[in-house]
Amino acid sequence: MATILTVDDSTSMRQMVSFTLKQAGFDVVEAADGAEGLQKAKTARFNLVITDVNMPKMDGITLVRELRGLAPYKFTPILLLTTEAGADKKKQGKDAGATGWLVKPFNPDQLLTTIKKVLG
Amino acid sequence: MGIDLSQFHETFLEESFEGLDVMESSLLNLDAGDSDPETVNTIFRSAHSIKGGSATFGFDNVAEFTHVLETLLDQVRGGERDVTQEIIAALLESVDCVRSMLSAQRDSSEYDEKQVQSVLKQLECMLDKEDSAVEEEKDDAQVSPGVTQGWLIDFRPHLNMIQTGNDPVRIIRELKSLGPVEIKCDMGKMPALPDLMPEDCYLSWQIELFGDVDEAVVNDVFEWVEGECDLVISSLQTDVSTSSAVAVNADPVEEILAATTELQVEEKVIVTNKDKTGSDDSVAKPVQKRTKAAAEGSSIRVGIDKVDELINLVGELVITQSMLGELGQNFDTSKIEKMMDGLSQLERHTRELQESVMRIRMLPISFAFNRFPRLVHDLSSKLGKKIELKLSGEATELDKTVMEKIGDPLVHLVRNSLDHGLETPEVRKAAGKSETGLLHLNAYHKGGSIIIEITDDGAGLNKEKIRAKAISNGLITEEEVFSDEKINDLIFQPGFSTAEKVSDVSGRGVGMDVVRKNIRELGGAVDIVSNEGKGSTITIRLPLTLAIMDGQLVRVGNETYIIPIVSIIESLQAKNENINKIVDQAEVYKLRDEYINIVRLYEIFKLQPDCKDINNGLLVMVEGEGSKIGLFVDELLGQQQVVIKSLETNYQRIDGVSGATILGDGTVAMILDVPGLVVMSRIKTSVKEDKVA
Repeated sequence: MATILTVDDSTSMRQMVSFTLKQAGFDVVEAADGAEGLQKAKTARFNLVITDVNMPKMDGITLVRELRGLAPYKFTPILLLTTEAGADKKKQGKDAGATGWLVKPFNPDQLLTTIKKVLG
Repeated sequence: MGIDLSQFHETFLEESFEGLDVMESSLLNLDAGDSDPETVNTIFRSAHSIKGGSATFGFDNVAEFTHVLETLLDQVRGGERDVTQEIIAALLESVDCVRSMLSAQRDSSEYDEKQVQSVLKQLECMLDKEDSAVEEEKDDAQVSPGVTQGWLIDFRPHLNMIQTGNDPVRIIRELKSLGPVEIKCDMGKMPALPDLMPEDCYLSWQIELFGDVDEAVVNDVFEWVEGECDLVISSLQTDVSTSSAVAVNADPVEEILAATTELQVEEKVIVTNKDKTGSDDSVAKPVQKRTKAAAEGSSIRVGIDKVDELINLVGELVITQSMLGELGQNFDTSKIEKMMDGLSQLERHTRELQESVMRIRMLPISFAFNRFPRLVHDLSSKLGKKIELKLSGEATELDKTVMEKIGDPLVHLVRNSLDHGLETPEVRKAAGKSETGLLHLNAYHKGGSIIIEITDDGAGLNKEKIRAKAISNGLITEEEVFSDEKINDLIFQPGFSTAEKVSDVSGRGVGMDVVRKNIRELGGAVDIVSNEGKGSTITIRLPLTLAIMDGQLVRVGNETYIIPIVSIIESLQAKNENINKIVDQAEVYKLRDEYINIVRLYEIFKLQPDCKDINNGLLVMVEGEGSKIGLFVDELLGQQQVVIKSLETNYQRIDGVSGATILGDGTVAMILDVPGLVVMSRIKTSVKEDKVA
């Protein structure tokens, strides 16, 4: 089964995402900010990265850019979780190399639908 | 799948309260006209997280409110809006609103809907003042749906599309889930094998999707690859059968899937190679764990180090236990020394374990101090005073329960200092002081207690005024000597206030007595030292914890009682010549220059003592409520740490007893309530005095 990295500074959001994915049978690793996410991505391989945008230390956009610079993550799907539905953040995310996004608020079903779409 | 989101509510609320604290303290650091981007960003991030979480977990009122708040903050962050005093004030009020909404959620109570709506309106007004066009125009692109027979999709990915993790196969698969499709693959751009870059996408597709599918739905499939492909979606106007006749009659998806799989295999080879060469950039950066302060609530967040220490100690205990167990198997007298070693080790480990467990309950006092920057900020502007707040010793740790109970008394004392102690800039200037008054909150450990000091450089206590007031209230007589101690006592009397006018900040004379009562209930004490014209220092002494204390065991008749060691001054063998019977039966003991009331414990607890003659017994001098009494006991036993069990929860309240504990031999011993006994002795004496009069 695929291993997924979820990066969010909000513990409750991270727990929700993590719980939902684990229920669906995925392996999940959590990180509390971009820097921790990048660190974890370097020490393990993930099939999918789901990251929040606004985070302390390293934001989601920077994380995407950093990950795309790492060979193992060149083609890995990376999804942004964002409340900012504005085209601005999406464009920034895409420019950094994000695969797509999921707009908050979302419920566990929507999350799974999107993830299954990406992971096939 | 049904996932119960309410299981995340507690975490969400906890982190939201933390977020609000962060917002509040950041807002207080923000000065009008000066917007430090990092501070603004921190505020924005907190609001943003609360909004995201509240929307996700179904707190719609909070989500709605924070949305407006976030929009405003976003403008500030983007530099579209200057930081004004007005905005800071509105944002601080918003923090209060969100806090009240979340608290209501947590406690299943009501919040002030009116207040929230008025602040919301205020925020909306601010937004309207400038352009209200900040709202997203996301619906613009939507095309009104029409009935169609299907869509012809010309999908030409750019070479680099797969480098954003977007797999064309995924898109085609998704289209296939919308309805029957016919797909033509254009491999015309495919280069010869040596020139083929596995990271690039050379294929294009023409997809016919049949059925009445909304164009927006089709567009959604390509939402993530907008700008990374050339896409033409046109309605299938022609007859479906003609279309299908033109199409290559096959099911190419499987074919393409297979082709892409091969492509992916090649990618992997390259990736692995790069992995090796690129291993340099995987140099580990130290990851700093967020040191989030624990929120006051029913749960405590404990640092990993504290838990590790516990586990370590438990390990030590297990080792000692197994050692002792082994010793006991073939025990003989030669092993006594070894056993004693083991037992002392066990004792040490148990004590360490106990200390570590207690440490889990300890929180830095910054939790209690955190609310003061805001309080001082709000109050000083309300009172027209300039006040600098200095906090120190915030890392001093205090038991969580003590912390919860000391919060309100502290607020009261700080308000008092602000209102009565510190003067307005004009008055200060006239008195030759700097315009800005200083309020200093300090905490530190001293012995087994924690000391909290509230110091201000304000006017201090006006002794004459207090004296006059006390005389007019009938609390003291004209002739009475007016010692500093007496002033202390007067201030803490119910209904005592020298404030000329009652403000809504303080001065109703309600409170100081409650403050002292609350602090005493915690086993602490409060004192004021004041220098007229120079300021006051209020010192609060609190026990480190409420759960365990050092006690002196004493025997009265067949009963064992425990006296808290902190309140014992000395124990002595009474001498007859020092005992004076004043009136009726009230007895005092002359200790050096002081006369101390004697309390015969056997009388209070109705016991049969060994001796009723003070000359043959022992007096334990204890101090509480600012005065001393001598407790008459039969014998002093050992000293030990005792775990305090509440009598109220297990039995009922008894005068003179603050709790109970279980001794090593399994018997229950009462813990004496020294302040309570002092009060009882006062009442007794005054009753007797009345009788004589």
